[in-house]
Amino acid sequence: MHLYNVTLQRPGACQTAINGNFSAPKVQEIIASKGTAIELLRPDQHGKLKSIAFRECFGIIRSMAAFRLAGANKDHVVIGSDSGRIVVLRFDAEKNQFEQVHKETFGKSGVRRVVPGQFCCVDPKGRAVMLAALEKQKVVYVLNRDSQANLTISSPLEANKGKTIAFDVCALDNGLENPGFMAIELFYGEADVDDTGEAAAEAQKMLTYYELDLGLNHVARKWSEPVDNGANKLIPVPGGSDGPGGVIVCCENFLVYRAEKHEEIRCVIPRRTSLDAERGVLIASFASHRSKNGFFFIAQSEYGDCYKVTLDWTNRKVSELKMKYFDTVPVCSALCVLKTGFLFCGSEFGAHALFQFIALGDDEESAESSSKTLKKIDNATKKKGRGKNDDEDDEEEDNFQPVFFNPRKLKNLALIDEIESLSPTIALASNISRKEETPRLLALCGQGPRSTFRVLRQGVPLSEMARSPLPGNPNGVFTIRKSKSDTTDAYIVVSFTNATLVLSIGDTVEEVTDTGILATSSTLAVSALGDDDDGSLIQIHPSGVRHVRGNNKGVNEWRAPGRKKITACACNRGQAIVALTGGELVYFELDEAGQLLEIEKIETSSEVVSVDIPPIPDGSLRAKFAAVAGYDSTVRVLSLNPGEALRTVGVQATPSPPESVLLLEVNNKTTKNKKAGSSAPPSMFLNVGLSNGILVRCEVDRVSGALSDARSRFVGQRPPKLNRIEMNEESGFVALSTRPWLGFNENGRFSIVPACHETIDRACGFASEQVPEGIVAVVDGSLRILACENLGEAFSQSSEKARYTPRAMSTHPDDPDVVAIIETDRGIIGFEDRTGEETRNEYIVEAPPAKKPKKNEEEDEEDDEEDDAYQLAPIEQFGAPKSTANDNNNWSSCVHIVDAANAETLCVQEIKNNERLVSVAHAYFAKADEVLLVVGSVKNFVLQPRDCDGGMIRCYRYKRGGGKSSNGETTANGKSGANKAITGLELVHETPCEGAPFALRNFEGKLLVGVDDVLRLYDFGKKKLLRKAECAQKFPSFINDIRCSGDRFFVTDACESAFFVKYVREDDQECSMHIFADDIAPRYVTSMLPLDRDTVAVSDKFGNFAALRLPKDVSDEIESDISGGKHAALTSSAALGALNGANNKLQACAQFHVGDVICSLTKCALQTGGSEVIVYATLGGALGAFVPFASKDEADFCTHLEMHLRIEAPPVLGNEHGAFRSSYFPVKAVVDGDLCEQFGRLGADAQRRISEEMDRTPSEIVKRLEQIRARAG
Amino acid sequence: MSELAGADRFNINSQLEALQTRYVGTGHADVSKYEWIVNQHRDSLAQYVGKHSMLQYFAVAENESISRVGYQMKQKMLLPCGLPPPPKEEEGEDE
Repeated sequence: MHLYNVTLQRPGACQTAINGNFSAPKVQEIIASKGTAIELLRPDQHGKLKSIAFRECFGIIRSMAAFRLAGANKDHVVIGSDSGRIVVLRFDAEKNQFEQVHKETFGKSGVRRVVPGQFCCVDPKGRAVMLAALEKQKVVYVLNRDSQANLTISSPLEANKGKTIAFDVCALDNGLENPGFMAIELFYGEADVDDTGEAAAEAQKMLTYYELDLGLNHVARKWSEPVDNGANKLIPVPGGSDGPGGVIVCCENFLVYRAEKHEEIRCVIPRRTSLDAERGVLIASFASHRSKNGFFFIAQSEYGDCYKVTLDWTNRKVSELKMKYFDTVPVCSALCVLKTGFLFCGSEFGAHALFQFIALGDDEESAESSSKTLKKIDNATKKKGRGKNDDEDDEEEDNFQPVFFNPRKLKNLALIDEIESLSPTIALASNISRKEETPRLLALCGQGPRSTFRVLRQGVPLSEMARSPLPGNPNGVFTIRKSKSDTTDAYIVVSFTNATLVLSIGDTVEEVTDTGILATSSTLAVSALGDDDDGSLIQIHPSGVRHVRGNNKGVNEWRAPGRKKITACACNRGQAIVALTGGELVYFELDEAGQLLEIEKIETSSEVVSVDIPPIPDGSLRAKFAAVAGYDSTVRVLSLNPGEALRTVGVQATPSPPESVLLLEVNNKTTKNKKAGSSAPPSMFLNVGLSNGILVRCEVDRVSGALSDARSRFVGQRPPKLNRIEMNEESGFVALSTRPWLGFNENGRFSIVPACHETIDRACGFASEQVPEGIVAVVDGSLRILACENLGEAFSQSSEKARYTPRAMSTHPDDPDVVAIIETDRGIIGFEDRTGEETRNEYIVEAPPAKKPKKNEEEDEEDDEEDDAYQLAPIEQFGAPKSTANDNNNWSSCVHIVDAANAETLCVQEIKNNERLVSVAHAYFAKADEVLLVVGSVKNFVLQPRDCDGGMIRCYRYKRGGGKSSNGETTANGKSGANKAITGLELVHETPCEGAPFALRNFEGKLLVGVDDVLRLYDFGKKKLLRKAECAQKFPSFINDIRCSGDRFFVTDACESAFFVKYVREDDQECSMHIFADDIAPRYVTSMLPLDRDTVAVSDKFGNFAALRLPKDVSDEIESDISGGKHAALTSSAALGALNGANNKLQACAQFHVGDVICSLTKCALQTGGSEVIVYATLGGALGAFVPFASKDEADFCTHLEMHLRIEAPPVLGNEHGAFRSSYFPVKAVVDGDLCEQFGRLGADAQRRISEEMDRTPSEIVKRLEQIRARAG
Repeated sequence: MSELAGADRFNINSQLEALQTRYVGTGHADVSKYEWIVNQHRDSLAQYVGKHSMLQYFAVAENESISRVGYQMKQKMLLPCGLPPPPKEEEGEDE
């Protein structure tokens, strides 16, 4: 087995983000770290966040900081990673990628507790950087510049203190004095040796100040003072001439201002009224903003409430610390205030957002706490809310009067843009619905009230901007741009079999008749002529060419000779070619006087199917080439140069008759910032759609017109029709087959991707002010304006909201559209209890709920919120209401049935009595002769240490039709015909079990259940499930998944990898089960996927993928043994209770480290007729695939390429690619396609070096990689 | 092994010592059960805090914010396995 790993969808989770000017001076940009990748984001003039560059780093990014050298106008980035190295990056705007400036080693690689990288902070004046580890080590590098203004970096200066945990580290703003760093530290040395527990109880967090003496080149630990034991975060305060300096220490429930030789200034963090007094409030993230007029901070609590923090100060003396409730947005792991008045919120879970400040929270009514109004209260009246961990050292702490507020709708922030994110993806499944031919992925995403069930279909989403019905069935649609310099189109021309309709584009689209276009005939092609807007047009219709002369000078008509008809034609602003029946070609050109002249006429050997002329390039008089496709399965490139017009210069034979041709000029420049023509000349591609559904692309030599480097790709059953459109500010095309495909240039690479839309009959590029790069399309007899908003998205999705965090799903075996989801959340107030008016834990929301009862808000709030700027329902904005701290182990759960075809809820069943749902399956019971929904739950579950009061297995029957459902009409419309809609669940019976049933699987009309560490077979009984058999051995921790392949079960244990279990049927009644093989490595399995009878793929919680295989001889032996190896198994050491003592061992035949928790594996062919691949989803919201290699040769090729790229393109974080992919287990039999695809980004020199080594040309390598990628989809 | 001269053996010991001071948690012949398990736990906790995806994993399970989970893990590094055993008894029990 040999696999090729490719990313299908980039990760969405954002872990840290920094802002600054990276690509050019004064450009406000954000760099977000996304697990193992960094992305540069820039808001455009409309505030839409655009992804400028995305770089896979093959390492784990843990911290980032931006800095600027004195006198420079762009920022550098320092990254703390798992590489054991400090890396300084710079963004190269010309190459549009991050470049390594410095790389210095300071420790071992890997995420270790004493190797720096966890924290990274830079002196605001850009003079020194500190990297700190979670424990002990801190290294400081002095940054400087040489005479060429290049960055230089010193050798590391250490400031270590053993047995000390760092909670946070920040760089102080000391102005131009020596750089200083502040850390919250906790010394554990004493607690480790004191068995009385006194030392541990007295352990005191210290605020420690480190100063870098620039003169002595030495870091000194200057002072260390006790700080509140709830301290968790530091906010540096501007110093020098801009502020008082020092830090604000974020503690649980408090903010404290601290500085050297300055008294402590403390204020409480305002609390939500609804929040239980026992719960603490931590600051989760902050952003600081400084301008000439002052500075402020936006700090966000762990519940999502943002506060504006300000200081009153004079002359380095702070008199007051104020904290005012600002707004509430979903909890962020990164906040950035941009100088242009935007707030970037990198959410912990779910979509990220860009907000605009519409006010600065200067109103009076919002709750504010201040250090001046801080009041102490008696211990007796109110116990202070602190975290559990601090309870022991809580003896005589001061208590302060809390300040309360009620969260409200956004007041100071307005949502501008959202970046979708699948993170966290909790489960993924694939299936094919009955109606659609393409496979789809079903994903459970998100957390709490923002979680969703999503249906992902491969393809760039095309959104419909407008739709209007048409009178007939059009056979063509075109757009006309008046003058060449216009950026928008003026007319849409729709052609019918015997008429042509001209629509003018404005605020409204109206029919016009004054353009001179012949309305009584169908139109084959139409274009404006000349560079200026003088109204001159060319319209080609079946019987001739109509030239509408500019400035109302009349109409010239060229008639097709004799009874010939025009079969194909093409035109641009100065040239036209028409093909007549019989294969005659006539070429016209516009002369300087504005006359359309016939230049040349030739006969070709066969009828012409399609002709194309590209637009006239800027600065040229004419397009140099045209392409002609004939029924004789040839495509010719004809020269249009004066003197040799219509001479054949290139020929390409095609395997089947062509249907459509398109010549496309693609700029080779890598960035859009550069002006065209300054770098390599654009290259030209000939695209041909063949009648067998294959799209062929050849490169056209710019000078000779010769064709080379043909690549082909199957796009669909229908012969693709090619149409030119604008994409990414360049020409691209849309190929119309059974589904549309888009071809466009993306950062110097031409990609062809499927779009997610029903079949389009006709299409043409379209540009208006609202839709700068759209498509006007004829679909099903109606005219639609489509736009692609994000070309980077590989999947288009439809989603349905969930009540709680979804945990698992199961698809109905007979109806792939019915999906049962279990949802459960801990420590919150249950959905149904939230409606209660005067209950103890009622959740207070000010304005929004007045509109409608809270109960419905998740389902249908959207429709009513058309006037709201912020689309989030209140529950999503504020988060689910927390239960009291004492009830932190209570669980709210529900079973949610959705219709995957339309992504809508069919019914929801709430599960009461503090039960946590843990497993779900559909099972066919032979005794009941029907498919039931089986749900496993645990009562009174405690996460840590794991404990519960037993489990429950419930069987439900679907109630269909008849009764009223939870959300009325939508359900009834959702499914129609014979298959009646599901309206609810009917409990058949419930079966208690002694432990948690974490795994359920249907097997031969019975049910396999993993009850904690016992594998058990249940049969259906009238009142409950009946035990049939139990596995002879117990499992090491607990079973979390079971799969069946005949009489062989694959069972995974939560901590100890996979087990193979044999089922032996002794006679009609008796049966037994025993483990006959297990794995040698401890894998904390999160997901399992059987690949064949002897092989399973597993993924673990540390981000590893492995394929485990039973050796062939063992497998055969087991199969040939009548007892299935039972005797051997029962005498093995496992039977005697030894851990992992099965007498056969699985072998890992493939291993790979992905770098993020893989939560699901599924096997599917993502495209119709494509090969099956293993698709995985990570918690960070990335989707990837392991593609099996088609041949040994292909595997060799990729292995070699990977080897070369490890040398030529080492990861930007400074770690070894091979080492990263082998973080836990040595990488085996998996080639990293993400690395291979970096080949396209290399410079020409490096590409040539590698290709020479591999005996190939660079384009062959790229082509081969594209082919493999195309299989993954 | 037998060939190791006294100086070499000393050298290896000093190298080990250097490792032990540089890399916290490097074991030695007389490591106690408590020390060993505490180091294991601190290493694991540091790994969880250092990998955002792990924090996210726990945060989803516990329905807490990532920052809260991270804070709790750091806090737990103080005393990951409860109080140390009384010093005297340990020697006898260490078998």
